[in-house]
Amino acid sequence: MSAKPRVRVPSTAKKGEVFEIKTVISHTMESGQRKAADGSPIPRKIIDKFVCTYNGKEVMSSEWHGAVSANPYLEFFCTATESGTLEFTWHDEGGETFTATADITVT
Amino acid sequence: MSVLKDTHLALSRRRLLTAAGTGLVAAAGLSVVAARPAAAAPTAAEQITKVAGGTPKEGRVKIDGPEIAENGNTVPVTIEVESPMTADNYVKSVYVFADGNPAPDVASFNFTPQSGKAYAKFRIRLAKTQNVKAVAVMSDGSSYIGSKEIKVTIGGCGG
Repeated sequence: MSAKPRVRVPSTAKKGEVFEIKTVISHTMESGQRKAADGSPIPRKIIDKFVCTYNGKEVMSSEWHGAVSANPYLEFFCTATESGTLEFTWHDEGGETFTATADITVT
Repeated sequence: MSVLKDTHLALSRRRLLTAAGTGLVAAAGLSVVAARPAAAAPTAAEQITKVAGGTPKEGRVKIDGPEIAENGNTVPVTIEVESPMTADNYVKSVYVFADGNPAPDVASFNFTPQSGKAYAKFRIRLAKTQNVKAVAVMSDGSSYIGSKEIKVTIGGCGG
């Protein structure tokens, strides 16, 4: 299954400005609590870690457990320090990773 | 004659106990209420004490969310912690718990001074009406807690 991530970052910001970042990724976030129609448990499959870096430096990270909803949405903030690239990585517990990037020009 | 009868009873009893044992094991295997055995799963209170390194102080942590969640499968929650977010005074981590869920730990967020705001808006599953609690651990080691009750009409943990 694809897990297309989407991110929204302003394309420009003033140095020192605190800007908002919106992210979402399509992922089942199967907690392992649910059962199929025949009563067998649906196996757990979740994204358990999210990391945001800004020109290679980690600015925010997050650990997720089974209670994070499917298609996890996350909104947070970051300070504009210099022009460059924000990189977002989602880590599935099973080892798969998904990434997205966004460039920002800081004046 | 009596020897045969005793043996017969002993075999039956053994069969009964074996069946009962298998039944118990099968029941435990099928139980998916808790990801971990019930006896071992730490409660929200225990996890809060652990991440806070003690008892967190009330305040500074704001939790925003609906009074009543229409759908327990996706409840929007916003956590915001008051802090200057400077290099020597910022929120290091925020741990979010749902005290009525089968597994109370929901998510944790690790901020840096560059975060600008100790803020996270996300969506969670709530099995039933309960308290969402957030513990903020500061760069100086102090900890604060906020709590918000969210009523749930349709539970979101597969039930």
